[in-house]
Amino acid sequence: MTGNIFESEKIKGDFPLLEREVNGKPIVYLDSAATSQKPIEVIDRMTDYYKQINANVHRGAYHIAELATSEMEETRAKVSRFINASSEKEIVFTKNATEAINLVAYTWARSQLKEGDVILLSSLEHHSNIVPWHQLSSERNIEIRWIPITQDGQLDLSSIDELLADVKLLCVSAVSNALGTINPVKQLVDAAHKVGAICLVDACQSVPHFKTDVAELGADFLAFSGHKMCGPTGIGVLWGRLEILEKMPPFLGGGEMILNVTSDGFTTNEVPWKFEAGTPPIAEIIGLGVAVSYLEKIGMEVIREHEQNLTSYALDLLNERFGDDLTIHGPEEAVNRSGVISFSYRDIHPHDISQVLDQYGVCVRAGHHCCKPLMTLLGVNATARASLYIYNGESDIGVLADAIDEVGKIFS
Amino acid sequence: MPGLEDLYKEIILDHYKNPRNQGELPVPPAIMEEGFNPLCGDEVKVYVLTDGDVVKDIRIGGQGCSISQASASMMAESVLDKTLEEAKNLIEKFKEMMSVHESNLDSAELSEDNNENSLGDLQALKGVVKYPVRIKCATLGWNTFDQIIAPKE
Repeated sequence: MTGNIFESEKIKGDFPLLEREVNGKPIVYLDSAATSQKPIEVIDRMTDYYKQINANVHRGAYHIAELATSEMEETRAKVSRFINASSEKEIVFTKNATEAINLVAYTWARSQLKEGDVILLSSLEHHSNIVPWHQLSSERNIEIRWIPITQDGQLDLSSIDELLADVKLLCVSAVSNALGTINPVKQLVDAAHKVGAICLVDACQSVPHFKTDVAELGADFLAFSGHKMCGPTGIGVLWGRLEILEKMPPFLGGGEMILNVTSDGFTTNEVPWKFEAGTPPIAEIIGLGVAVSYLEKIGMEVIREHEQNLTSYALDLLNERFGDDLTIHGPEEAVNRSGVISFSYRDIHPHDISQVLDQYGVCVRAGHHCCKPLMTLLGVNATARASLYIYNGESDIGVLADAIDEVGKIFS
Repeated sequence: MPGLEDLYKEIILDHYKNPRNQGELPVPPAIMEEGFNPLCGDEVKVYVLTDGDVVKDIRIGGQGCSISQASASMMAESVLDKTLEEAKNLIEKFKEMMSVHESNLDSAELSEDNNENSLGDLQALKGVVKYPVRIKCATLGWNTFDQIIAPKE
């Protein structure tokens, strides 16, 4: 990195996996919306943890246990700063964003929502922000309502006031994992708060790519996963407003989440440990901390700028080269979307597209992207999805386009 | 298409582009079952009309990738006018072929002669085994058909 000039090739050098070949071709990794690759410093730090300071946290009064505990809690503080939370107590470690959303469903929602209440979801949600609410809905007879989408895959807010009537909980993704649409979360949160609803934001596809400021966003809960932001798998984050977290019942029961246990019962630990039963994924938490530092070192504004430019380049190139043969789903302009490019090519099934692309080293996702209700609205069964990140450059888009040409040749 | 010859054989692409026995049958008298591949969103509908113990007619509906579509089309062609017993044997042989581990493909090839008479064109789908993720695509139609003709509890 020199000044503001983004050198994706140099960034690529930080990621050992991107040096490998697939089917004799240099890998072109375009599936970062599913999971990102990991920079060497994350991998090394996790290995060092096991080599140097592996010990259980919050327990042993000996040197390495103290080191492990302080590294873990430093990461909590680092994540808190990263998303501008008001206190590190607002950062709950979970195993992934799915667990974070389920935590809210099982504790806050089951203690607050009753028959006849309404949950409002956007039509762009991932199954992980749909199914927990379906489960609750069938248990409690709670109504689920959907914010519709426009033709170009943006939320249609034209009747948002009617939709918000009697809503107690709004669940919306900051960015659609299937289409890349950037949702007007702040506007939605403000509208939902006016009717007294609580707002949960699925930020899996935004935290790795944009500056996230929970104070500015004004939501009540925000969930994201470590593995999509250069961190390891097995670690996710639930941010919650402290006064809400403090009133919530605990989630899983076990060690760490208690203050005292007697033969008659238990008292819960303070927030956030109240929600973190059992030995946490210590190495993964520490790895997440390194990932946060890595992203901060590059700069979230710089990352967004690079991804928006590259997305714009990709949209232009694909549209020019393939014309009507290729349909890109979602918003037309790069400014309204993340680096997710979901497309259909002729009437060739996405599974076949990705199979042929793999032959050229190109990794894209094919399928419904865990968004079956959205796929139904779009009138497709599945799409192929290329998703970009800091280590992708224009050459990757060129390889993708050449490989799509080869798909066309086989299925002509 | 370097390396993909084993998967996208000519006969498979032909069945994909020109699927045989496509469509629907009135239910009843036909029986219909739906199969899903949650991995890629493929959906197949198999309609079967039996006359005694013979597969009198079979139609394939739904949508999916080239492998699931071609495999279902080839299945329809190969079980039409067969007895249920013969169809069951074919399903078994086909699934057996799909469960051969990639590392045993060469030795499986040696026994091709044994299978050739019974599997015929279906042998073309053997290359799918090299792409484990696609095996479910190839067996989707077969499993759905199996649900129809398997003895009910």
